[in-house]
Amino acid sequence: MKKKGSLLVILTLLTLLLSGCTDELIVLNPKGPAAEMLSETIIFSVLMMAGVLVVVFTLFTIILVKYRASNSSPDYEPPHDEGSLKLEITWTLIPIIIVTILSVVTVKTTVAVEKPPAGYENQKPMIIYASSSNYKWHFSYPEQGIETVNYLNIPTGQNIEFRLYSYGPITSFWIPQLGGQKYAMSDMVTKLNLVADTPGSMMGKNSNFSGRGFAKMEFEVLAMSPGEFDEWVNDVKKTAPPLTEERFDELLKIEFPGRESYTSTHLEFRPAPEDHSSHFKKPGQKDEEQPSNNDNHEGHGEENNQETEVEDHSNH
Amino acid sequence: MKIDNSLPLEYRNEENRFRITGFWIFLGAEIVLFATLFLTYFTLWTRTGSGLTAADVFVLEPVLAETFILLTSSFTCGLAIHAMRQGLKKPMMVFMGITLLLGAAFLGIEIYEFYTYVHEGLTLQTSAFASSLFVLLGTHGAHVTFGLLWGIAIMIQLKREGLNETTANKSFIFSLYWHFLDVVWIFIFSFVYLKGLM
Amino acid sequence: MNWDKFIVDGLKHGDPLIIGAVISIVLVSIAIVAGLTYFKKWGYLWREWLTTVDHKKIGVMYIISALVMLFRGGADGLMLRIQLTAPEAKFLTAQHYNEIFSAHGIIMILFMAMPFIIGIMNVVIPLQIGARDVAFPRLNAVSFWLFFFGAMLYNIAFVVGGAPDAGWTSYFPLASTEFSPGVGNNYYAIALQIAGLGTLMTGVNFIVTIMKMRAPGMTLMRMPMFTWSTLITCIIIVFAFPVLTVALALMMFDRLFGSQFFTMANGGMDMLWANLFWVWGHPEVYIVILPAFGIYSEIISTFSRKNLYGYKSMVASMAIISLLSFLVWVHHFYTMGQGAAVNSFFSITTMLIAVPTGVKIFNWLFTLRKGKIVFTTPMLYSLAFIPIFTLGGVTGVMLAMASADYQYHNTMFLVAHFHYVLIPGTVFAVIAGMYYWFPLIAGFKLNERQGKAAFWTIAISFNVTFLPLFFLGLDGMTRRQYTYSAETGFGPLNLIATIGSVGLMIGFALVVYNIIWSFRHAPRETKGDVWDGAGRTLEWATHIPVPVYNFAVVPEVDRLDAFYFAKKEKRSLFKNKIEKIHMPSNNGQPFILGAIFFFWGFFMVFSMWKSAIVAGIGVLILLAMRTFERDHGFYIPVDEVKKTEQSYGGDSV
Repeated sequence: MKKKGSLLVILTLLTLLLSGCTDELIVLNPKGPAAEMLSETIIFSVLMMAGVLVVVFTLFTIILVKYRASNSSPDYEPPHDEGSLKLEITWTLIPIIIVTILSVVTVKTTVAVEKPPAGYENQKPMIIYASSSNYKWHFSYPEQGIETVNYLNIPTGQNIEFRLYSYGPITSFWIPQLGGQKYAMSDMVTKLNLVADTPGSMMGKNSNFSGRGFAKMEFEVLAMSPGEFDEWVNDVKKTAPPLTEERFDELLKIEFPGRESYTSTHLEFRPAPEDHSSHFKKPGQKDEEQPSNNDNHEGHGEENNQETEVEDHSNH
Repeated sequence: MKIDNSLPLEYRNEENRFRITGFWIFLGAEIVLFATLFLTYFTLWTRTGSGLTAADVFVLEPVLAETFILLTSSFTCGLAIHAMRQGLKKPMMVFMGITLLLGAAFLGIEIYEFYTYVHEGLTLQTSAFASSLFVLLGTHGAHVTFGLLWGIAIMIQLKREGLNETTANKSFIFSLYWHFLDVVWIFIFSFVYLKGLM
Repeated sequence: MNWDKFIVDGLKHGDPLIIGAVISIVLVSIAIVAGLTYFKKWGYLWREWLTTVDHKKIGVMYIISALVMLFRGGADGLMLRIQLTAPEAKFLTAQHYNEIFSAHGIIMILFMAMPFIIGIMNVVIPLQIGARDVAFPRLNAVSFWLFFFGAMLYNIAFVVGGAPDAGWTSYFPLASTEFSPGVGNNYYAIALQIAGLGTLMTGVNFIVTIMKMRAPGMTLMRMPMFTWSTLITCIIIVFAFPVLTVALALMMFDRLFGSQFFTMANGGMDMLWANLFWVWGHPEVYIVILPAFGIYSEIISTFSRKNLYGYKSMVASMAIISLLSFLVWVHHFYTMGQGAAVNSFFSITTMLIAVPTGVKIFNWLFTLRKGKIVFTTPMLYSLAFIPIFTLGGVTGVMLAMASADYQYHNTMFLVAHFHYVLIPGTVFAVIAGMYYWFPLIAGFKLNERQGKAAFWTIAISFNVTFLPLFFLGLDGMTRRQYTYSAETGFGPLNLIATIGSVGLMIGFALVVYNIIWSFRHAPRETKGDVWDGAGRTLEWATHIPVPVYNFAVVPEVDRLDAFYFAKKEKRSLFKNKIEKIHMPSNNGQPFILGAIFFFWGFFMVFSMWKSAIVAGIGVLILLAMRTFERDHGFYIPVDEVKKTEQSYGGDSV
C-alpha cells in the first residue's frame, strides 16, 4: 500500500536527517555548553519519541494490512470487543513511564538553563545588558563602559550574564548556538547566562514577532579570545564617541541604524527596569515625588531606586 | 411539549425546565467571567503608577450602604419568588418592585462613588489599578443595570398576563440572576473594598 | 465626515493584491445580489435559511461559512508560503505579510475550525441522541448569526480601515495603540468578541441539549462517542470563553478608552495579556480537537464494523484532557522568565496530556484490530490521522520540555508541530465528518473516487508542506519573519514547503469540485443507513435526507450502539405510534440581531460613539422584543407526518 510506504519513508528520512545533518542544523551544532546541553536534551527526546513512533507505525501498518475487508472472507463478522482492562492499563502505564523519564530530564535541564552553564558556576560573570527597541538591539557593557548597536562581541570561556529588557514590544533574545532564548520586556529584566567555547561568528536574533521590521532584527555575535576582546574594547574606547542622552533618544527612534559603537552606556541616564517599583506602591502609601511624565514609555529609568530591589520576577 | 403538573409552575413545561438548566450553566460562565476580572484586579491592584491607591479613594460608608441595600434586595427577591410559589401575584409584584427599587438605589450610590473617584483624580486612564477597579465594578454595575431593565420587562408581563408558566419561569430565572449579582457583590465588598481599606 | 480613515493603506499605495481583493469582494457581492434577484430567490433565502431555527440548516450554514473561510485562510497561507519560497522575495511587503499571517491564524482557528466543528455538532448531535432539535433552537440561530457577523466584521478589515497585524495572539504592548495605531487591532478585539459570544451560547445550548434531550434509555454511558466529545467540549467552551471575553474587553478598553491594563506605564502589565490569552487559548485548542476525536471514533468504528474499543477509557481520557487543558497555558511562554519551578510544573502537566491521548490512539488501533476495514473516503482521513497526529503529538511532547523549548520557541519547529496536530487533528476530521454525514442532509454520498483523489493529494501535500518546517526550525528560522537572507540557507526547504502548499490548495479545490460534481451527478440514496448498513448510531435510524422533524417517533435505546444491535436482531427502536410533533417557528430576529451587532462592532472599531450607542440600543430593543414575544412554536399534525413518512417510501417506523 501507498500509505505505509510513504510513512516508512517519512520515518527513515526523519531518523537519517536528524542523525546525519546535526551539523547543518544550528540548534544541534552548539558552540557553547548551554546550547550543548539543550542539543543533547533534544536528541535524547527525539530518540525516545522515535521509539514511540516506531511502535505506533508498526502496529498501524500490521493492522491495516491484516484486517482490511479485501483480505477477509465476505461472511467474516468482526467480534464485539468491549476492551481489555489489562491492555488499557498497559498503554496508560507505558506513557506514564515515558513521561516520567522525560520529566526528570526536563526538570534537571530546566533548572540548569536558569543558571550559569556547567563548569562556570564559580566564575564571576561578565554582565551585558541587551535591550531591544524598534527593530534593533543595544548591547551595554557596564564593566567595560562601552555600548554597541546591532553587534555583540564576547570573550570565549567567559560566562556572560545577559540582562534583557525592551523599549517596546516583547522581543526574544536568541543566539541558537550558544543557548536558549528569553523574552525581553518593558517592565522587568530577565537574565540569561551564556558561554562561548570557541571563537567564531554566530547568528543572534529576536525570535518574537515585534512588528514590521521584525525579520531584520538579526545581529552578529562574534566570540573572540579574551585578549582579542580586550583589544576590541580598547579600540572602541579610542575611536567611538560617547553616548549622550540626546543621541540615545534619537537612536531609539531609528529603525535600522546598522552597527554603532559608543564609549559610554545608556544605563547611566536610563537605567534598566531592574526595579520596576514605579508600578507599585504599598497600599496606603502616599504619592510624593513621582515624576508626572509617566505616560512616556521611555520614562522607566527616571525613577529612583529607593525601594527594595526586585531581582527575579516570578510574580505571576 | 412535555408537561409535568407535579412541579412548581416555573418548572412545569419541558422547555422552561431547559431554560432553567441553561441559565444555571450560563451562570457558570458568568462565574468564570467575574473570576477572571477578580484575578485581573488582584494582579494589578498594587500597580498604581503615579496615581491614587485603593486606600486613597475607598470610603467604607457608601460601600456598606450598597452592600446592605443589595443584600436586602436579594432577600426581597427571594420573597417575591416565595409569593410566586404561593400563587400570590400581588405580593410578588410588590416584592419585585422593592427589589428593583433597591437595585436602582444601589446603582445610584455606585454612580455617585464613581463620580467621587473621578473627582478625586482616579479615572479609567489613571493606572492599571484604576482600570481594573473600574472595569470590575463597572461590569457588575452593568449587570445590575441590565437586571433592572429585565426586571421591569418581567413586571410588565406579570401585570399583563398574571402568573402563568412563562412569566413564572422568567421571574424565577431573573431571581437566579439577581442572587448571583448579590454573591458577586459580596466578593467585591470583601476582597476589593475591605482588603483595600486594610 | 472624514472618509479617509475607512480606506486601507494598501489601496492608497496601489498594492495590486489589495486592489484585487477589493475588486473581487465588490464583484462577488454584486454577483450574489444580482443572482438572487434574477432567480427570484430573496424570499426563499429569507424563509428557508436566514430565519431558520432548524439545527440541520444552521449546521449547513456553519459548514458553508467554514468552507469559505477555509479558502480565505488557505489563500492567506498560500500567500505566506509564496513570499517565503525564496530568500528576499518581494511578493508581499512586511506590513502585508504581518496582516496575512495574523488573518491566517485567526480565521483558521476561530472562523474555520470552530464553526466547522460546531456545524457538524449542529447537524449530528440532535440526531445522534434521538432528539428533534437542540434545547434552544432560537438561541442556536443567534449563535450562528453572531459568529457569522463577527467573521464578516473581521473580514472587511482588509478592505475597510486596515487589518490586524499583531499576530493571532495580539501580544501587548505590540497590539497597543502606541505600536499599532491603526484600527486593525480594534477589529480584532470587537469582531472576536461578537463571534465569541455566539460560541459561548452554543456551549450552553449543547450542554442542555445533551444533558436533557437524550432519547429514552440513553444513559450517559450509552451516548455515542461524538456526543461525549461534544458534551466535554461544550463544558470547556463555557469555562474558557468567558476568559476570552474579558481579555478582549480589556483590550478594547485599552485601545479605545485609554485604560492601562497592558500598557508600558502607569502599572500596565503586558504579561497579563499573554496569560489571559492563553488561559483561553490552550483550552481552545482542545475545543477544536476533542470533537475531532469524537468524529474519528464514530468513523473508525463504523468502517471497521466493530464497536469502539475501550469506550470507558475513551470517555475518561477526554475528561482528563479537558481538565489538563486548563493547567498548561504557561507552556506558550516558558521563556518569559517565570523561573524553573513554574516551568517545570507546566512542563509536566503538558507532557501528561500525552498519556490520555496515547490511550486514545491505542484504543483506535485496537478498534481496527480484528475489524473488517473498508477504505471509504472518511475512513482514509481517519486512518491518515493516526500516524500523522502521532508525529504531531510526539513533537508536542518535545516542545513541552521547557528547557528544550528555549530552542524551539517561536521557530518553524513550533509552526510545524501545531500544523501537524491541527490539520490531521481538526481539518481532516471535519472533512471526514462532512463526507461521512453528508448524506443525512443532501440525500446522496459524495463521489468516492474524487474524494479519494482529493484525500491523497491533501495527505501527501500536507507532509511535503510541513515536514521541512521541523528542520527549518532547528536551523534557527523563526516564525512570522516575512523574509530571510540567502546566507541563512533556508531557501531549499522553504521551496519544498511552498510546492507542498500548492498541492494542498489543489487538494482542497478537489474537495469542493467533488461536492459540486456530486450535487449534479451522484446517485440519490433511497433509504437511511447509507454506508452499506454499517451505521451504529441513531442518526442512521431515520430517513435520508433527514425530515424536518428528524424522527417521526422518538427512538428508544437500551444499550450502546443500539441501532446496530436492533438491526442485527431485527427489532425496531421505534415503539410508539406517530403523534403530532411540536416544532419551533422560524424567526428573523436572530439574523437582525447579528446584523445590528455587526454595525455596533463597526462603529466601535472606528470610535463612532453616537452610532455605536444607537446600535447598542437596537440590541436592547431586540432583546425586549424577544421577552415580550409569545411564540410557542407549532405542531405538525399526525396526517402530515404520516404523509411525509410515506413519501420516503419506507415503513421503517
